[in-house]
Amino acid sequence: MDPRLLVISKRLEGVKAVVPVMSPKGGVGKTLIASSLALAFVERGRKVGLLDLDVTNASSHIVLGVKLDELKPLEEKGVVPPLVNGVKFMTICYYSSGNPLPLRGKDVDEAIKEMLATVIWNQLDLLLIDTPPGISDEVLDIVSYVSEPRPLIVTTPSRLSIASIEKLLKMLTESRVKAIGVVENMVITEEGTTKDLAGKYGVEVIGRIPYDPFIERSIGDVRILKSTSFFSKVMSLADKVLVKLGL
Amino acid sequence: MVHEWALAEAIAMYIVRISKGRNVKRLVLSIGRLQSVDKEILDFALRELLNEGNVVVDELKYLNEEILLKCRKCGFEWSPLLESLGSEVSEFIHFIPEVIHSYVNCPKCNSRDYDILSGRGVKVVEVVFEEGGQ
Repeated sequence: MDPRLLVISKRLEGVKAVVPVMSPKGGVGKTLIASSLALAFVERGRKVGLLDLDVTNASSHIVLGVKLDELKPLEEKGVVPPLVNGVKFMTICYYSSGNPLPLRGKDVDEAIKEMLATVIWNQLDLLLIDTPPGISDEVLDIVSYVSEPRPLIVTTPSRLSIASIEKLLKMLTESRVKAIGVVENMVITEEGTTKDLAGKYGVEVIGRIPYDPFIERSIGDVRILKSTSFFSKVMSLADKVLVKLGL
Repeated sequence: MVHEWALAEAIAMYIVRISKGRNVKRLVLSIGRLQSVDKEILDFALRELLNEGNVVVDELKYLNEEILLKCRKCGFEWSPLLESLGSEVSEFIHFIPEVIHSYVNCPKCNSRDYDILSGRGVKVVEVVFEEGGQ
C-alpha cells in the first residue's frame, strides 16, 4: 500500500466539503466556474481552497491572474498554499514554471497523490477542485482517494456535452458519490434536456448561466470578472451550493 | 519544518496502522534521489511521529535509489544530473517529482515522453516487527 493514501484523510479533516468541478466534455467552462465559485464563496465570507488538478494543463492561475514567478507555497510541515484574492490556491504550475508538463496516467496519479498527501489546507468550509475533461486519472483519483466528495457537474446545453455528463453521472452513481447538482453553462436558448437527464440520476440543475460574449476580457483580472453578469450568476450558484451543503 | 515532515507523517501512519501494538525491529526505506529528500529531517520527523504513535524503532535504515529514466519514443535510458538543473528546479522537483518532465528532455531524441523507472520518492522497503504486542 502507498503510505501517502493514509494521510490524505488527515489533510482534509478540517475541510467541511470537497467540491470537484467536473465534466467529461472540454470547453464547457469548468475552470472559469471553479475559479469564480471560489471567489464567490469568499464574497460570502467562507474559508475556501482551490486545487487545480488539471495536472497536465492547469489554468486556474490564469483566470485568477496569478504571477507564478512571484508567488510560491510556503513549507510548514508540508506545502501551504498561498492566499490569492482570499482563496487558498494550489496548482502544480508553481513548480512547472509554464513549461509543458506531458504526463502519462501513472505519473498523473503520482503527482495527485503527492499533492493530496502533502498540501496543508487546515480549516476550510469548501475545497473546490478543478478537473480536466474526460473520466480518467484525475476524476478516478478524487472518487477513490477523497472521502465523500460532492461533485458539481458542468455542461453546456449541447447534446454532445449532455451525452458526456450522462456517463459521468452513471459512474458517480455506481461509485455512490452524490453530486451536488448540475450547472448549465453558456446557455443561449430555452431549456434543453439537461433537466431530464439530471432528474434521471436524482440530481438537480442548480444553475443556468447564459453565454457571456464579454467574459474573455475578464480572464486574469478578478476585479473585472466580479463585475460581469457571468459572476452574478455564479454568486447565485454559490448560494445554492451553500444551501445544498448546509454551509 | 519542511515537506519531509508531510512524507514522514504518511509513513508513520502506515507503520502505526500495521504495527498492532508491536515495536519495530527494523525499518528500511528507500529514498529516490529525484525527490532530494533531506534524510536528517525525514529521520527526525519519522522518529518523533512514531514515538507519538507509541511505536519504537530499533533500526531505521535508508537506501539511496538512483534515478533512471526511459524514453518511450526511442527507448534510451539515462540518469539525469539534478545539479545541472539548478537549485530552484531541483526544489520544484523535490515537491512534485513528476515536474521533471517540464525541465528534462530525452538526450537522444528530445522527447518529454519518458518513464521514471526508479528514484522517484520515498518507499517502505522492509518492516520487521518485534514478537509479541497485541
